[in-house]
Amino acid sequence: MVENRPILNILTHAVLILGVLFLCFPVWMALVASTHGAEALSRAPIPLWFGGQGWDNYTQLLSAGLPAAGGVPIGMMMMNSLIMALVITFGKIAISIISAYAIVYFRFPFRMGFFWMIFLTLMLPVEVRILPTFDVVTRLGMLNTYAGLTIPLIASATATFLFRQFFLTIPDELVEAARIDRAGPVRFFIDILLPMSRTNIAALFIILFIYGWNQYLWPLLVTTEEGLYTVVMGIQRMVNSGEALPVWHFVMGTAILGMIPPVVVVVAMQKLFVKGLVESEK
Amino acid sequence: MQKRVIFRSRSLPYLLVLPQIAVTLVFFFWPSYQALESSFFIEDAFGFSREWVGLRNYRDLFADPGYLRSFRTTLVFGLSVTALALGTSLGLAVAANRVLRAAQSYRTLLIWPYAVAPALAGVIWYFLMNPSMGIVAYWLKGLGVEWNHYVNGNQALILVVVAAAWKQISYNFLFFLAGLQSIPKSLIEAAAIDRAGPIRRFWTITMPLLSPTTFFLLVVNLVYAFFDTFALIHATTNGGPADATSVLVFRVYNTGFIGQDYGSSAAQSVVLMALVIGMTFIQFRYVERKVTY
Repeated sequence: MVENRPILNILTHAVLILGVLFLCFPVWMALVASTHGAEALSRAPIPLWFGGQGWDNYTQLLSAGLPAAGGVPIGMMMMNSLIMALVITFGKIAISIISAYAIVYFRFPFRMGFFWMIFLTLMLPVEVRILPTFDVVTRLGMLNTYAGLTIPLIASATATFLFRQFFLTIPDELVEAARIDRAGPVRFFIDILLPMSRTNIAALFIILFIYGWNQYLWPLLVTTEEGLYTVVMGIQRMVNSGEALPVWHFVMGTAILGMIPPVVVVVAMQKLFVKGLVESEK
Repeated sequence: MQKRVIFRSRSLPYLLVLPQIAVTLVFFFWPSYQALESSFFIEDAFGFSREWVGLRNYRDLFADPGYLRSFRTTLVFGLSVTALALGTSLGLAVAANRVLRAAQSYRTLLIWPYAVAPALAGVIWYFLMNPSMGIVAYWLKGLGVEWNHYVNGNQALILVVVAAAWKQISYNFLFFLAGLQSIPKSLIEAAAIDRAGPIRRFWTITMPLLSPTTFFLLVVNLVYAFFDTFALIHATTNGGPADATSVLVFRVYNTGFIGQDYGSSAAQSVVLMALVIGMTFIQFRYVERKVTY
């Protein structure tokens, strides 16, 4: 701060508090609504403070789910979300780090060709090529499998770039030293490069976990079996469940459950998250 | 671009890039090629026969008033989300950059919505604005606004704009804050000594130095609004009422899966791909410029 201006200080805090209220209020209301019964939410104004049915609502959601929306327990959907998010995250990190290693530390025909091929995937998000990708997955017999849910999303240009960028900053002397000690490429990768990349891997893990957990369109397309539903996608069945009005206290409970894992990851690992976000976008 | 010291191996590098390249070929290039190819055909709904029609799918597309309206909706939606998310987060970042006390707590409270899935953000706002019992709709009624996004198309569009912007503020906030913190304090102090007030300093020093960040965020936000908000719209308004919130990505899905018109859906995919490629190109050109800056 350059100078002391009391009015500006008050204004600053007012802006920040308003911002926090705007961001937190919707989730507060969702949390409150999930602790009430259908009766309290049937007409305006709905209560702004917690009701007494929270425990019952959440236990029913987690263990039995909603009959109107197929009756899939949310606990199971969250398990599916977790499996999908983790497979996508580890898969992306694994195949990106080895391809970045090949591109930086080897010289081989088509090296730049491969690099550009990976780069181009940035330009082809699932949303713009929905139907043909679905077609390919169908032909490969991957509908309604965990493989179909995860493998098509596993290529990552961003992660490859991040690792490539990081490898380029590692001094050449390390490689020379390793070669003098007669370490081969595999040895060098496992004993030196991988431990050095720890922070980058952790930062990337957070960003990719959120990406994986929050997938919507892809699970919507490749899963028709209720046992494979993920929570972010499954909620849509509760909102638009045909003629019946949505059962809001259950819908809001599901929304809360669906946002807990990624939000906890972001808040608990804030420093790494900010690092990962800022670096992976550059 | 390349290391001076490298390893030598005939087959290992290929083995290392193989998984990534295989996934890319099978799930990115093959489908994209198919989209391009089938955009030149008309196929019957059962996939038994197809007929080469050249550019007819594209001609039909751009002659379709529904598609052109969807273009306009997407533009209005994208620009509104970007303006709302950028403006709010810039204000918050400038404020957060000023506070000394509780700065960390404010940051934590402002960044967590990044982790909330767009679909969930949409559903929660859908609940808040529900005409019969939503609390925001109730307050609006108190102000004399009759809110019903089930019948009023403009209100449905406002609903998805607010929900999409709400989710994007945290992201912009973090980048603006990083940009603000990289502006040298000495510049601001020098201006203060020359008796430039806070507002003057903001417009003549902060904003120009922040312009690379702002431009980067502008492109990212537009890409987000154009392509990542399918979930939000599908989980809430479902494109309605009367196509009022049917943006381009939603339409691709609808034409292909609900309407089963593969040729038209493929042509729409190709148009969208051209759009993404154009935007990515702009983004990278600018990044190049920043490097030599």
